Amino acid sequence: MTARMALATLAVVLASSAGLAVRAAHAERLIVSVSNQRVTVTPNYSGEELVLFGSVENDAPTPATRTGEYDLVVTVKGPPADMVTRRKERRFGIWLNTDYRQFLKVPTYLALFSNRPFDAIASPEVQRRQQLGLKNVLLTQRVGPDYADVVPNDAFRSAFVRLRSEHGLYREQTSAVTFLTPTLFRTGIPLPANVPIGTYDVGIQLFSAGALITQTETSFDIVKVGFEQFVATAARQNGLLYGLVTAFMALMTGWMASIVFRKD
Amino acid sequence: MQIFLPIADIPVNVFLLLAMGAAVGFVSGMFGIGGGFLMTPLLIFVGITPAVAVASVASHIAASSFSGAIFYWRRRAIDPLLVVVLLSGGVVGTTLGVWTFTQMRALGQLDLMIALSYVVLLTAVGALMFWEGLRAILRTRRGFASSTRRPGSHGWIHGLPLKLRFKRSKIYLSVIPVVAVGIIIGFIGAVMGIGGGFILVPIMIYLLRVPTSTVIGTSMVLTLVTMVFATILHAATNHLVDAVLALILMTGGVTGAQFGARASQRIRGEHLRLLLGLLVLSVGIRFAIELGIRPNDLFTIRETGDGG
Repeated sequence: MTARMALATLAVVLASSAGLAVRAAHAERLIVSVSNQRVTVTPNYSGEELVLFGSVENDAPTPATRTGEYDLVVTVKGPPADMVTRRKERRFGIWLNTDYRQFLKVPTYLALFSNRPFDAIASPEVQRRQQLGLKNVLLTQRVGPDYADVVPNDAFRSAFVRLRSEHGLYREQTSAVTFLTPTLFRTGIPLPANVPIGTYDVGIQLFSAGALITQTETSFDIVKVGFEQFVATAARQNGLLYGLVTAFMALMTGWMASIVFRKD
Repeated sequence: MQIFLPIADIPVNVFLLLAMGAAVGFVSGMFGIGGGFLMTPLLIFVGITPAVAVASVASHIAASSFSGAIFYWRRRAIDPLLVVVLLSGGVVGTTLGVWTFTQMRALGQLDLMIALSYVVLLTAVGALMFWEGLRAILRTRRGFASSTRRPGSHGWIHGLPLKLRFKRSKIYLSVIPVVAVGIIIGFIGAVMGIGGGFILVPIMIYLLRVPTSTVIGTSMVLTLVTMVFATILHAATNHLVDAVLALILMTGGVTGAQFGARASQRIRGEHLRLLLGLLVLSVGIRFAIELGIRPNDLFTIRETGDGG
């Protein structure tokens, strides 16, 4: 009995001291929530905007070194996929695909939001390490036998980012995060009509005076519902059956037409 | 009214698609062809990827050729034996075509291959038809009776072995060229998203000497079966058949075809051939121009897997 109590006491002491240690290093905690954990995309869905709310909880007195100015970066990543970017060149008088690059497990949707330009938030070194901004996000390519990201101004990489941005699937807005009070913030996450389905990871990083103080994560799901999604899923999962049904549908339509328009 | 196409993955206007289906149906009813060579390019021009267009048009052609085939069946204008022999080649050709389609897609050259085959085939066939129609008109102007030219009663094709008697068509012919024609039509049909009627009919008339009484009905049945087969194969291997798109096109198509068939009865045969030739030729030239001008964007992205 006494032994057990001693153990319990020890555990409590250890836990609280660990907690204290963490608190000493990070005085701030982030508490966030998205307006909708499960977005349903219906056939007439034409885009929507999620809202991410959060607050910076400050348990311990702010260290004297801190000015009290917070910077916030929100990174939203859609489900990963492999993609190929191809480049057309003029050969024999016609334009055809020649060179290509493979992008491996890159996010299908990528949004980076902050309250002010990344250059004002942190040094280029920190920006690179924390992958702040589209030019610093890691987009793995297969280069021969190696897997690596290339320099941000690589032709294929920039074309990839540009094309994704044109479809509203990649975006970077350095004024999207707004502080309602010094500790309460919000940002909108626009989801266009062609948004890929799956689980989206949201990473929230808190910076102060150019250094990362703390970070947290949340996520939401996008699911498509309705007839169109049923058709798309059937086509992908039961290709043969889907083909047979489509062929049968074609024959029925032809047969119906021959009855409706029968002349003799 | 906008509708979201599940496989093509883009929203389109239903009425635009219905109108396109009706317009192509009108032309196909007028000339007795499937109209795939018009429908596939139209779909590509409204923004549907060539791969999805080719795969979905196959089922659209299946529908229109089925209603046509029923019509000709009732009039006993179909040669069943000729159909069976053509089909034995057609099935092989379609399988080869879908396989080639899949390979080219993996290499990223599918769009180019579709465009190139359109340029080559349509400009050649279109120019030939146009020339034929023009000569026929000139002949009638000069006062000669217009007739289908049949130079040399027996070509080398008629000296080949493995001869069969096709009773309904009243011809005695080797199966080798018939199977070969089936393979070619099946192949280009699967690759280009066309039924191939506009090539098959001239080949059967001029090369195989099939009488005009059974030629259109027989070609329709061949088109029907190869296109049903192509639909199933495209759906099973490439998952590119858009059933919603196909259904809208079919509805417009079968309706338009009825009016086209009526309109054709008021136009003379030579004029009809001249018009069709001009139409085929212009689609071919449109594709040629497209290949030659600099694209708006040199880069394209395609998803290749879910990264799992």
